[in-house]
Amino acid sequence: MIEILFYLLSAITLGSAFITILSKNPIHSAIWLVVCFFSIAGHYALLNSQFLAMVHIIVYSGAIMILMLFTIMLMNLNISNEISKPLVTKIVATIAFCLVGLVLVSALTQTAPAFDAYVNSGQDYQSIQVLGKVLMNEFVVPFEMTAVLLLMAMIGAVLISKKDKKIA
Amino acid sequence: MEEAIIIEKGVIILIVFAITMLFAMYCTLAERKIAAWIQDRRGPNRAGPGGIFQPLADGLKLFSKEEFMPNTPNTFLFVLGPTISMTMALMTSAVIPWGDSLEIGGRTVLLQATDINVAMLYVFAVLSVSVYGIMIGGWASNNKYSLMSAMRVASQMISYEIAMGLSIIAVIMMSSSMSLRDIAASQHEMHWNIFYQPLAFFIFLVCSFAETNRTPFDLAECEQELIGGYHTEYSSMRMGFFLFAEYAAMFISSTLLAVLFLGAYNYPGMTWAAENWGTNVANGIGIGVLFIKICFFLFLYMWVRWTIPRFRYDQLMNLGWKTLIPLAIINIIITAVVILLNQ
Repeated sequence: MIEILFYLLSAITLGSAFITILSKNPIHSAIWLVVCFFSIAGHYALLNSQFLAMVHIIVYSGAIMILMLFTIMLMNLNISNEISKPLVTKIVATIAFCLVGLVLVSALTQTAPAFDAYVNSGQDYQSIQVLGKVLMNEFVVPFEMTAVLLLMAMIGAVLISKKDKKIA
Repeated sequence: MEEAIIIEKGVIILIVFAITMLFAMYCTLAERKIAAWIQDRRGPNRAGPGGIFQPLADGLKLFSKEEFMPNTPNTFLFVLGPTISMTMALMTSAVIPWGDSLEIGGRTVLLQATDINVAMLYVFAVLSVSVYGIMIGGWASNNKYSLMSAMRVASQMISYEIAMGLSIIAVIMMSSSMSLRDIAASQHEMHWNIFYQPLAFFIFLVCSFAETNRTPFDLAECEQELIGGYHTEYSSMRMGFFLFAEYAAMFISSTLLAVLFLGAYNYPGMTWAAENWGTNVANGIGIGVLFIKICFFLFLYMWVRWTIPRFRYDQLMNLGWKTLIPLAIINIIITAVVILLNQ
């Protein structure tokens, strides 16, 4: 039963991701990307990670994609406006993508033993309480670093938008 | 046993669906009756005794109207808009506890479709996705007024979601659980959250008005500026779906307010009733009490609509970003300090 669900979800994820890239209309691309995000959230739910699934939907489908749609709708992007990129850009993009893929695969193989340790610990490692304790004890430094990074990005965004106002 | 659970949950889901639909239907009538009462009129009184069949007549009328399709290349998205709105308005009810448990034939039946660990996050996920219905519908209408209205709704809902989420953190800290059942159970007897978290309640209430696009925050359908807003181009039952989704969302958000702040199915003397009349009777009264609270909030929605004029758009944004969010953060800090001192 779960295997069938997994294959179904994977087919939806890959299919919608391909349509995202291939479709000509930017709005259609964005909406297919939303479908893709939903199926990824489904994968998280299959792995019993309810928290991650919900946060994924809130952050990606609920916030980021809406802002993306916002931009596309307001800028009224058409196919005629699309600039065809030079070959060098395409090659560099492919290489960069492969490197990111490498990082992801190595990260996954590195975390596999840690994951087993959590499964074997006998705790309900999917619950928010356990997750919060782990984040605040073992991983407090990276957690706080992420918070500082996000704060910096936010202040930067505010600064940039303020500067624009003064010039105008 | 497995089949029994599926049947039990199926029945609960069906009943909740039917009740939501019924409430949404009669909210349309109640709204017009209350508007009439506030403005010293009679309101709809032709269909049936006292206008009781007015929602049925309205539904029949909407179904029989011509379905007009605007000149748009995105017919699929045009149809998708109201569909998403309606689906998302109905989805939240899955995690709401409609009452404590009932004993039926030796089985303990939890009056809830599903009790998940992250119920509160689920509610916010559904809320954040429900923006898509109006946004996609407004864009696919190929009408600049619709598009402007869709933009207004999207930015308004995103802004108020933040304050809403922050205000609820204080409540989650007090019950130390995100499950709505645990939050409801932690408000036993008269320990309602509204007495401990009045500020969070106020922020959540204001944000609920903004999230359901009700007056004073209904800038999306501001007639003087935007004709009909995002449903300008919609006709027949598609427009009906948009309007109906608003009432369904109103019912659900009233339920959430009642569950989170007014003690859900708890009422003073519940333990006494359980001891003297049995748990089934006590919990049955609890369901009735929850619905009384929901009706109170529905009335509040309508009362405010016919009392307070609409905000201006910059006032709306200022209220959300510069007043409600700082207040919610202060509330979190105060709650954290008090909880730490009491430990």
